[in-house]
Amino acid sequence: MTIAGVEKSRGTATLYDELGPVREELNKCMKCGNCMAVCPVYLTDKAEAGVARGKIAVAEAVLSGELDIVDPDVVAMLFNCLVCKSCMQNCPTKVNFDRIMLALRAAIVRKKGLHPLKNMIFSLLKQPKLFDAGMKVGAALQGLAFRDDPSKKAISPRSPFAFVGKNYGFDLHRSLPELAPTPFRDWVPEVVKVKDAKTRAAFFTGCSVNYFYPQVGEDVVEVFKENRVQINIPKDQQCCGIAVFVHGDVKTVRELARKNLDAVEKSGAEYLVTACGSCGGAWQHEYSELLGDDPVYGPKAAYWSARTYDISTFLTKVIDYRLPTGKVEAVVTYHDSCHLKKTMKVSQEPRQILMSIPGVKFKEMAKPDACCGSGGSYLLTHYDTSKEIAQRKVADINQTQADQVTTGCPACMMQLLDHVGRFGRGQKIAHYISLLAESYRREKSGGNGNVR
Amino acid sequence: MIDKTIIKELEEIVGPKNVLSRKVDLVTYSYDATSDMPKQAPDIVVLPTTTTEVQRIVNLAQEQGLAIYPRGAGTNLSGGTIPLKKGIVLSFQRMSTIIEVDPDNLTATVQPGVVIQELNNAVAPFGLIYPPDPGTVATATMGGSIAENSGGLRGLKYGVTKHYVMGMEVVLANGDKVRFGGKTVKNVTAYDFANLFVGSEGTLGIVTEITVKLIPSPKYRRSMMCLFKKLEDAGNTVTGIIKSQVIPATLEIMDKMTIETVENYTRIGLPTDVEALLLVEVDGMAEEVVEREAQAVAKVVKENCGELKLAGSDAERDQLWAARRAALPALAQLNPTVVLEDATVPRTRVTDMLLSCQKIAKKYDLKMGTFGHAGDGNLHPTILTDANNKEEMERVHKAVDEIFATALSFGGTLSGEHGIGMAKMRYLGDEIGESGLRMMRSVKEALDPHYLLNPGKMVPAKEA
Ligand SMILES: Cc1cc2nc3c(=O)[nH]c(=O)nc-3n(C[C@H](O)[C@H](O)[C@H](O)COP(=O)(O)OP(=O)(O)OC[C@H]3O[C@@H](n4cnc5c(N)ncnc54)[C@H](O)[C@@H]3O)c2cc1C
Ligand code: SF4
Ligand code: SF4
Repeated sequence: MTIAGVEKSRGTATLYDELGPVREELNKCMKCGNCMAVCPVYLTDKAEAGVARGKIAVAEAVLSGELDIVDPDVVAMLFNCLVCKSCMQNCPTKVNFDRIMLALRAAIVRKKGLHPLKNMIFSLLKQPKLFDAGMKVGAALQGLAFRDDPSKKAISPRSPFAFVGKNYGFDLHRSLPELAPTPFRDWVPEVVKVKDAKTRAAFFTGCSVNYFYPQVGEDVVEVFKENRVQINIPKDQQCCGIAVFVHGDVKTVRELARKNLDAVEKSGAEYLVTACGSCGGAWQHEYSELLGDDPVYGPKAAYWSARTYDISTFLTKVIDYRLPTGKVEAVVTYHDSCHLKKTMKVSQEPRQILMSIPGVKFKEMAKPDACCGSGGSYLLTHYDTSKEIAQRKVADINQTQADQVTTGCPACMMQLLDHVGRFGRGQKIAHYISLLAESYRREKSGGNGNVR
Repeated sequence: MIDKTIIKELEEIVGPKNVLSRKVDLVTYSYDATSDMPKQAPDIVVLPTTTTEVQRIVNLAQEQGLAIYPRGAGTNLSGGTIPLKKGIVLSFQRMSTIIEVDPDNLTATVQPGVVIQELNNAVAPFGLIYPPDPGTVATATMGGSIAENSGGLRGLKYGVTKHYVMGMEVVLANGDKVRFGGKTVKNVTAYDFANLFVGSEGTLGIVTEITVKLIPSPKYRRSMMCLFKKLEDAGNTVTGIIKSQVIPATLEIMDKMTIETVENYTRIGLPTDVEALLLVEVDGMAEEVVEREAQAVAKVVKENCGELKLAGSDAERDQLWAARRAALPALAQLNPTVVLEDATVPRTRVTDMLLSCQKIAKKYDLKMGTFGHAGDGNLHPTILTDANNKEEMERVHKAVDEIFATALSFGGTLSGEHGIGMAKMRYLGDEIGESGLRMMRSVKEALDPHYLLNPGKMVPAKEA
């Protein structure tokens, strides 16, 4: 049976499988325009087509047959959106704009197929060995194309690659995190045992931690060890699939979801913990929505949806985490990742953790939950808009006089690394969990742990 | 379809980036926040950034006989920005510089695309405010709110937009640029043009620069909620408060249906066993005065059998206003279409108007919640319906006719703040009569003889 056949026989007809049901969501929009106050794309372009209200009008025109969904102008317009859900925070009638947008993008793919390049890349995701091999080759070759910047653990493009990549923002000032020579899951043991474990949790690393920020993975492990939680890092886990879902590839995300559900189930853990808002959001919401009607995976998705926590919530609400005593002198601000705050509703917990670290002075920035402009691949396809959005963010960061910017999502870390590099004052970028891990480490080294 | 050469010329004037002509873009300028209105996409959207560009666009439109629809954020509630006869939508969203804040003269000068809240953010460091605050402060533009003469929650004490406009620069339909008024507190030179263009809904000229008055931010305030078992008691309280010579900054009312819906939506603990609720805020520069006013309000509430709850903290105050702000969204959740009116009556007739609204809802078997600025006599009867239900929409239209007729019979007006636009144009004669309509046309035709600016809005053209 083909995969397409599998989909049908399982009867998973959601608004990501047909466009009709999206009308109900569209009807909720009263065109009040409140979304304009917060939409990062609109605030940059100042054109109606940028904001949720305009996109909803276009969706209505598509449903009424006035516009064709595969008209290149319509496609371009629908992809000029970060799916950051900022509009939804300000929407009086609670329009689920993310569902509208993803349903439309899925409809584009159904009618037109995936762009061949996207198809190639997304298929790779489904073959973890190949994907993994590709990332490793990339890690080995990156020195050729990028110059190392040891001061920031980041790399900037080396010409002539900078020239070729200019349209994608790969100019000489661009900083990207370094691809890890060895991905995190390759060297971390699958089970990290602790004495007198309180409970067992699985850690879903996500691609960014695995390939770009293995350090964050290590810090998560450190924090778990210090809190006597046995942690399992399933080797079979794969990309969470959100990146392909936002491109309308419903088929691939469903496949990845099923494989991930199997992998985590096999771990025998009681909880699933994430350190990335997008991955955590997928587990809490998208998987159960996408697999809702699947008799086998639907219930599994629902089960894990209720047991998935961002690590900050896990530490503060599920287990009572041990307050750290190691001193970390730093002035710290915190950026609310869109997926963490707007999907997972996590915003107080990371702040609580940061403020519990001795030596940390916490400074709130203005509009901490304004989108940073990353949007996953949005920053590649719409670099100029993305950069302008980030520039506003960095201005707010600069105002705080903080020397460290923390956040809870590796995608935001990458975006901040690039733009704090351009517009900032040399602030360090870190996952908030790394500061907690650092504090625990310093306890052991008598306050003189490795300063990273 | 618009001529390619016209697109080219417009691109030359404002740059290609500021001309939108693809169909997807045009669709997104075919509506505003008004429900139950026809949609119409323009031929082209132009986003100027300077007055000179606006003049050149107007000259070109005039030559080509193209209509121009000035547009701010498109949040008006009277169909004011829908490009009925196609032509050019002139969007001011990129013409949005705060030109000057002058704290010594208590003025600010802005381009029309500046969002009201942005102006307030810019003047806050000087301890100043720009008081007109429609529900859309965070999105609506200065140009749009001036063209609608928008009100807000503080209208009772601080007035509405027209009380703050000191001077303007306007581009007329013939391309002329005129400037009048300015930073002087007094000015009787020529006609009072500022007041002519305020509230003119883009039909007389295009506003390209505005100088407004600022005031010191009040330092103390007291907020309270008053609950009533009888609608009449709430109405009498409104007049009683004014009679006791207290002018609250805000004096808002919600009827039973609105209270229930808001409570359902927000769960902030509003009592649902009352007929009406008033939200009152007194403010000022001296604490004793504010305290005395709060006590005076409490006395009137007691005399009228009301129950009073004082907001003890900023958080409690925020909750009260969150409840008020939730009124429209909460009602809007219940049904696909919300028909929101803003008929306004003299303050002493607020109770009569509220009772009439309830009667009208019953008569036409409609779901209607009424809330609004009771202190201003400005009510928002809100009908919850479904535009796809033809039969019900007919009853809605009849009910709306009756609401307007009732308001007029009480010596009131069709619109307190949302404007006439295309939504209320056909009722205009009922209020101002044939002679009034003739004067409207004379003024319109003196400034815009060919009905180039926002045609089909506010001024009914003479039947040919
Ligand atoms: C949820 C909600 C709550 C609201 N609450 C209130 C309220 O409390 N009080 C209130 O009064 N209104 C309220 N409104 C109505 C609306 O927000 C106001 O009328 C607002 O001031 C309109 O501003 P705008 O920038 O959106 O103007 P637009 O809607 O873009 O335009 C309004 C009118 O102004 C004209 N115009 C725009 N710019 C110019 C210019 N530069 N020169 C000449 N003409 C121009 C347009 O042609 C149009 O006729 C509310 C609307 C909504 C959706
Ligand atoms: S805020 Fe919500 S209801 Fe209002 S225009 Fe935007 S999407 Fe529509
Ligand atoms: S999801 Fe983000 S970018 Fe997209 S319309 Fe909403 S606020 Fe704008």
